[in-house]
Amino acid sequence: MIAIPSIPGFLREPNGPIGKPVNRVDGRKKVTGDAHYAAEFTLPDLAHGCIVSSAIARGRITRIDTAAALALPGVIHIFTHENRPSLAWFDRKWKDDDAPKGSPFRPLYDAEIHHALQPVALVIAESFELARYAARLVHIEYEVAPHQTNLRANRANTFTPGKDKGGFQPPPKPRGNPEQAFLDSPVQVDVEFTQAAEYHNPMEMHATTVLHHDDGTLTVHDKTQGAQNCHTYVCNVFGLPKSAVRVMSPFVGGAFGSGLRPQHQLFMAMLAATQLKRSVRVELSRPQMFSFGHRPETIQRVALGADRDGTLRALIHEAVQESSRNENYVEIVVNWSGQQYTCDNVRLDYKLSRLDVHTPQDQRAPGAATGVPALEIAMDELACKLGMDPVELRLKNYAETDPNTGNPFSSKELRACFQHGAERFGWAKRTPAPRSMREGRELIGWGMAAGVWDAMQGQAAAKAVLGVDGKLVVSSATADIGTGTYTVMTQIAADVLGLPIEEVTFCLGDSSLPTAPIEGGSWTVSTVGSAVKAVCDRVRSQLVTLAGKLDNSPLKGVAEADVLFADGHLIVRNDRSRRLSITDVMRGSGTLSIEEEARALPYLLARARHTFATHSAVFVEVRVDEDLGTIRVARVVSAIAAGRIINPKTARSQIQGAVVWGIGMGLEEEAFTDHRLGRVMNHDYAEYHVPVNADVPEIDVLFVEEHDDMVNALGAKGVGEIGIVGVPAAIANAIHHATGVRVRDFPITLDKVLAGLR
Amino acid sequence: MRSFTYARADSAADAVGRAGASGTAFVAGGTNLLDLMKADVVHPERLVDISRLPLDRIEDTAEGGLRLGALARNADTAYDERVQTRYPMLSKAILAGASAQLRNMATNGGNLLQRTRCYYFYDTATPCNKREPGSGCGAIGGVNRIHAILGASDQCIAVHPSDLCVALAALEAVVQVTGPEGERSIPFAEFHRLPGDRPEIDTVLRPGDLITAIDLPAKGFAEHSTYLKIRDRASYAFALVSVAAGLEMDGGTVRDARLALGGVAHKPWRDPEAEAALIGKPATPDQFRGAARVLLRDAKGHEHNSFKIELAERAIVRALTEAAERKGAPRP
Ligand SMILES: Cc1cc2nc3c(=O)[nH]c(=O)nc-3n(C[C@H](O)[C@H](O)[C@H](O)COP(=O)(O)OP(=O)(O)OC[C@H]3O[C@@H](n4cnc5c(N)ncnc54)[C@H](O)[C@@H]3O)c2cc1C
Ligand code: SF4
Repeated sequence: MIAIPSIPGFLREPNGPIGKPVNRVDGRKKVTGDAHYAAEFTLPDLAHGCIVSSAIARGRITRIDTAAALALPGVIHIFTHENRPSLAWFDRKWKDDDAPKGSPFRPLYDAEIHHALQPVALVIAESFELARYAARLVHIEYEVAPHQTNLRANRANTFTPGKDKGGFQPPPKPRGNPEQAFLDSPVQVDVEFTQAAEYHNPMEMHATTVLHHDDGTLTVHDKTQGAQNCHTYVCNVFGLPKSAVRVMSPFVGGAFGSGLRPQHQLFMAMLAATQLKRSVRVELSRPQMFSFGHRPETIQRVALGADRDGTLRALIHEAVQESSRNENYVEIVVNWSGQQYTCDNVRLDYKLSRLDVHTPQDQRAPGAATGVPALEIAMDELACKLGMDPVELRLKNYAETDPNTGNPFSSKELRACFQHGAERFGWAKRTPAPRSMREGRELIGWGMAAGVWDAMQGQAAAKAVLGVDGKLVVSSATADIGTGTYTVMTQIAADVLGLPIEEVTFCLGDSSLPTAPIEGGSWTVSTVGSAVKAVCDRVRSQLVTLAGKLDNSPLKGVAEADVLFADGHLIVRNDRSRRLSITDVMRGSGTLSIEEEARALPYLLARARHTFATHSAVFVEVRVDEDLGTIRVARVVSAIAAGRIINPKTARSQIQGAVVWGIGMGLEEEAFTDHRLGRVMNHDYAEYHVPVNADVPEIDVLFVEEHDDMVNALGAKGVGEIGIVGVPAAIANAIHHATGVRVRDFPITLDKVLAGLR
Repeated sequence: MRSFTYARADSAADAVGRAGASGTAFVAGGTNLLDLMKADVVHPERLVDISRLPLDRIEDTAEGGLRLGALARNADTAYDERVQTRYPMLSKAILAGASAQLRNMATNGGNLLQRTRCYYFYDTATPCNKREPGSGCGAIGGVNRIHAILGASDQCIAVHPSDLCVALAALEAVVQVTGPEGERSIPFAEFHRLPGDRPEIDTVLRPGDLITAIDLPAKGFAEHSTYLKIRDRASYAFALVSVAAGLEMDGGTVRDARLALGGVAHKPWRDPEAEAALIGKPATPDQFRGAARVLLRDAKGHEHNSFKIELAERAIVRALTEAAERKGAPRP
């Protein structure tokens, strides 16, 4: 294996595309409407489905009357629990790659209602409008059972989950004597935080189009972050041979975690297509986007004890989160608190409370976006009590090694994030006292927070085919949910083989491609990118071998390490006049194509002995109207340490998008549940608020240099999630600095600030 | 979608004639009606498309006011130069609402008749007296952050969501209507109703009534007026509280005053006593606060919206302060 040059920017070749702000290779398709999404595929006999959602939160269906709906000309069939075919019986058949411990939800399984908006019937008709109308004529009677949807009312009714989901680690055992150390600390903060439930609400609603071909095979266009995950699921549930189904998702209109598990519209469309032997589309309505998966509501307590010089003596972080009755959805909420700062006395505690809701679902930086802000606000409160600068307090307790495990970090340039972020923001000009900065009637607040996220890697395979024309096609069954996977993978392949970007095509979103895991956790560059690099390295070796064998080859006898690949050529590193084009090598050797497949694994040994994480420092300016309490984020600087940045343009977009969401988390997003009905009431874009353009200021993103030879062969960590983590806390801290009002209840709507301004 | 018939009216009389049959609805911009039909909240059997009737002009009136055609688009109204210079608070109010795309479609008449944004009204699986009389009010005891603090009943606590209407109330506009029984003029204060025990009825219009125009009186408070909208995000959100304020100043003394609140009741909220409390008094925050307290004297909050009472008071003081300071007719 060739060592990676420890220069940020390039991987194999100094002038390669890695590290360059390459435009999205799929950009043109997207802006011209040439990128097709799950609900846009069709066949002439396509039938349309509309799901009927439960009107109650818990109980059972006592009667379903479909007569009026079926009487409409053009209504083809109505599926309910009463007439569904018998399907897979065992829980494991319904499991998917992101399923937590428990019994997965099975649509139309029986008469039981487990949560509001549960799908209870599927109407299939010749047109969408008809299906929707008929769905309203389906008459359902229920026997209502009492439900619990209120986490605050059930916060004591908890249990401690185990390692109940892939990627989840229960909190480490307590260290030291945190309770006593807290009591003994001269400076204390002991506060409670609440975080509202949030829904993913990608722009594209979940949809599945199943195309039923004449030979009985099915092409399933699904909105998913894992075509193979859905492929396995539908084959298991419907008892189909793998070869009979192909799941495709070449374009996904945002997902943020909502597509990590097969969602019920996939089941519904498959049910109808297999039963009716027709092509079928099922698309959820916006309100139905509130019928599955969400960032769970959370209640947290953070207690910090410190010496007067700011040294942390005690750290206690407890969280209670909602899950469903059928599954233990877990995410890492509190563990980060033991990792971010050095402290000898730490207790971290994480519990679940079961409610009558659908199972929550990973949402951008799951756990970290909830837990780290609680810690980071508490740190700000501590800084205030100590009369210490918040950055200085964080540096004072900076963890050089991971305090949870004692292991070193593979790399950690958080200090540089603080320094460069603060410089860019102008932090030094901050006057520490709350309400000390203003302009007219606007109180100005400057706040900051740190962020952290895991730098994970899974296993993936990739295939490469190099044609005699010098064009390269690389493929892997990963997804691009708008993140830039197409572009970044293209860059990696082009870099390794010294090809112009235009000569490389990357294929994804197809279950028939080489194995790749679900796209989540910011691990796709690391996981799939490593496989792309591995497979292109093989092609590279092949080319060197072939070139050496050619008659009169200028590369005869040259070792692979001494060949560099650039501009479609193989070039002898120390004598650049000795070169051959890739096409000449192919033609000269009579090779029509080179095909390789490779699999990349994480560096397991290094992984066992190190902690791998991305870090951030976020600086925010808010403006708060001193009379009205209205809050405006005026400026954000986000400094990120995430290893090598493969594409600063797409990476920047990821961070900016995450900051926008952080603004939403901090100030706007909240699902309002009517606990009498057990139902989210603001289930549309008009009343479930996400930031609009007018809410979003200039977002300044900077990537600090970070070298990491251990994280993977690319030295890159992934940036999909780190961008959101510190933002809500930085906003809350800025609001406190502006107003002196401390709000610990997200989102911070103006009424909560107003209450303190009185 | 339920089946309905569609016909295009070729004159106002034709529209009124067609609307006689029950189950008929006019459609103008369609930005509210079509949404409600898709959500199965309303289900007209007949749609009469009035959008091409020649009621889209904005014209000077003999009394020195301005006549806004019922079918003039919200955007065209807001950017009309006469509206901008003579009735800046109206222009500002319109531009504070919805989004550019919606304002391009939405008509003035449709804006008056838009329905509440109460969550329960939109969700047919929940009780709502406005949608289904007698089914109960989901918002009382439920999720009611965006609901009324004034003029509500034990049947309904919904608010009228319009921004435009708040300014029209403050300006004492007059709604021109033609209906089966001929033409009539409805003063703005009488146009919208309070919910009482008939929350399903929003206005005093009778079946078949067509709004043809909205008349603005000559007095536009152009020199000292404003529209202040407070909402949960900077754009594309309905008002938690909004204030239309117009003053006539004599040095530092208030000679005439208009004050209307949005986002707090089933109709734009005005009270002549609150305005009287300002007239002849110095334009000071204390005076403004006093007037606010008169306007809000019967305010009553629910579980999630009590903050609106204090917010409204502060917003009134701010709006009146801005109006008093303002000179000339600023462009929005
Ligand atoms: C997401 C969203 C956000 C919005 N935000 C705001 C906001 O912040 N502030 C705000 O003020 N508004 C807001 N609106 C509402 C918008 O202003 C209204 O939907 C619009 O004004 C309605 O006008 P229209 O012409 O489209 O009416 P239509 O939808 O065509 O009709 C609405 C009703 O009026 C009746 N009608 C229409 N014209 C006449 C007439 N001439 N005579 C008799 N009856 C008539 C129709 O029969 C129907 O019942 C928002 C709307 C949406 C969808
Ligand atoms: S407030 Fe009015 S509109 Fe809302 S649920 Fe109650 S009756 Fe219906």
